[in-house]
Amino acid sequence: MTSTAVAPEKSPVDARRAKRRVRRSPWWRNWQLYSLLVLPVAFFVIFRYLPMAGNIIAFRQYVPGGNIFGNAWIGFSNFELFLTDPNFWQVFRNTVMLGGLALIIGFPVPIVLALLLNELRSRGFKRFVQTTTYLPHFLSVVIVGGMILQLTSLTGSINHLLGSLGVQPIAFIQDPGWFPAIYVGSEIWQTMGWGTILYLAALTQIDENLYEASRIDGANRWQQTWHVTLPGIAPTIVTLLILNIGTFMSVGFEKILLIYNPATYATADVISTYLYRVGIQSGSFSYAAAIGIFEAVIGLVLVTAANFVSKRLVGASLW
Amino acid sequence: MVIDAQTASSIAAPGPVTTKVRRKRTAMSRTRGEKIFAVVNVVVLLLAVAITLYPFLNVLAQSLSSEKYIDFGDVTIWPLGFNFDTYKIVASDPTFWINYRNTVVYTVVSTAVSMVLSTMFAYAISRKDLRGRGFFIGMALVTMLYSGGLIPTYVLVNGLGLTNTIWAIALPNAISVFNVLVMKSFFENMPRELEEAAAIDGLSTYGTLLRIVLPLSKAVLATMVLFYAVANWNSWFPAFLYMDHSNLYPVTVYLRNLIAGATGAQDAGASADSNLTQISANIKAVTMVLTVLPILFVYPFIQRYFVSGVMLGSVKG
Repeated sequence: MTSTAVAPEKSPVDARRAKRRVRRSPWWRNWQLYSLLVLPVAFFVIFRYLPMAGNIIAFRQYVPGGNIFGNAWIGFSNFELFLTDPNFWQVFRNTVMLGGLALIIGFPVPIVLALLLNELRSRGFKRFVQTTTYLPHFLSVVIVGGMILQLTSLTGSINHLLGSLGVQPIAFIQDPGWFPAIYVGSEIWQTMGWGTILYLAALTQIDENLYEASRIDGANRWQQTWHVTLPGIAPTIVTLLILNIGTFMSVGFEKILLIYNPATYATADVISTYLYRVGIQSGSFSYAAAIGIFEAVIGLVLVTAANFVSKRLVGASLW
Repeated sequence: MVIDAQTASSIAAPGPVTTKVRRKRTAMSRTRGEKIFAVVNVVVLLLAVAITLYPFLNVLAQSLSSEKYIDFGDVTIWPLGFNFDTYKIVASDPTFWINYRNTVVYTVVSTAVSMVLSTMFAYAISRKDLRGRGFFIGMALVTMLYSGGLIPTYVLVNGLGLTNTIWAIALPNAISVFNVLVMKSFFENMPRELEEAAAIDGLSTYGTLLRIVLPLSKAVLATMVLFYAVANWNSWFPAFLYMDHSNLYPVTVYLRNLIAGATGAQDAGASADSNLTQISANIKAVTMVLTVLPILFVYPFIQRYFVSGVMLGSVKG
């Protein structure tokens, strides 16, 4: 079908025929459509696929400002280096810890909020709560970071509240023990409202007759929630849970970068912040690229596995 | 009794009218427990609203308070020692205004680049007659799953000589695959006959796109402009990575540097008051308010577009 490969005959008749064949082919007729793809494809190749190839510097010696693919092969030495680097295992643990806590504690919050919103009779109040709780989703992470630092500072509101209860001020932001709580709490603050959207949509899809039938059977509101509402949104819950498990390692890099400090590295430093410091601040690009590959492969495996499970279990998947 | 009435009414006339009647009846016949729950529910939701809003009100109050009250940690949601001095200090810093203007320029240019590229790509892959369509869609989807990562991207942007130019911000994240998928599904739902009729009338692909498809897609285009613009307005990390001079920073990086305790308006504040950290707390608050203000202004209008975008994306993506 694709007749772009013109036969190399010398005869003018053949050449004309070949030309005509090219013009008639779908490739030629749609050249304007293909021309639309040129710039976007160039974008993907340059800014998405070239960096993937650029990870090769993990196996090569790279001099800042030199060839972006490095100069000479050095084998797996960078991988050996980070597998024996105690810092690496600390940030790995922290990544799993923060990601896991945010998932376990943060995941149910939007479900509960959606169920509570669903029980409201007043549409106006419902919309008011929704509009307010969606707001943090629209903020720059710099604003969120600034708010966290203000609230948790020695003269901030949290210490003010504790002070009125007779508790001495706590230097939250300098204390590694408090960092997970600050991180998870602020994640919930940012995402609880926005996370309700898909659940609320699923809630409107539940057949009204089911509620009626359960009422006839004598079910009270709590039993209706347990036996009708929750099973009704279960597919949404399972799908989102699996997808969240797939991405739980990708903790909020930018936020942590804004609110952590050397005093809290013990619990706050995660893979992405560590490779940022090692790579861009200290200039060990090859070593950081090796860590980056490790992180990306774990992420890919988790997402693929989650997608597979989701497809099998609830028939919903990313691809 | 109640159950009988409900069954009777639903048998008599099924449909939306009965639903209304039934709702009213249950409202009247709420049990004591349900009434208590309704009150508790409202209280819990008001608490959620309060928790969401408190940091905003706290920052606003601090921005209008005088330093000594913040120093004692007394400012909650009411300004104490009300004054506009901190606003004046921030407004008198020329760097702040240069950075604010940068944010506007970066947002406009990045959003324009993103819209052009995304529209071209989404329209092309929405056409079923595009040969190799699966390949191009796959090419985009792969990048959602696996990315080259921070280091190679940084090396590349430096290697291309984009550092300290607007292109270091506008190009590396120009296309959001999520947004492209939303646009693609919109274009796919457009009646194909329109484009065929346009082709018969002699319009080229460009003509069809510009004169038929895009004018009919204003809703989705507006939504996408908002998606990109809000993301660009809020963005700070690319500029933080690739810009070396404070004159090139967007206001988010200006704010980040205040938070991290670096230069800028702090110096301006130091001349007004010797208490460095205190002035900086005020100034942080004012800078936060001024940075977030445009978002808050448009928020009531744009919120529903974002919600519909999430729904569209969840159906397809």
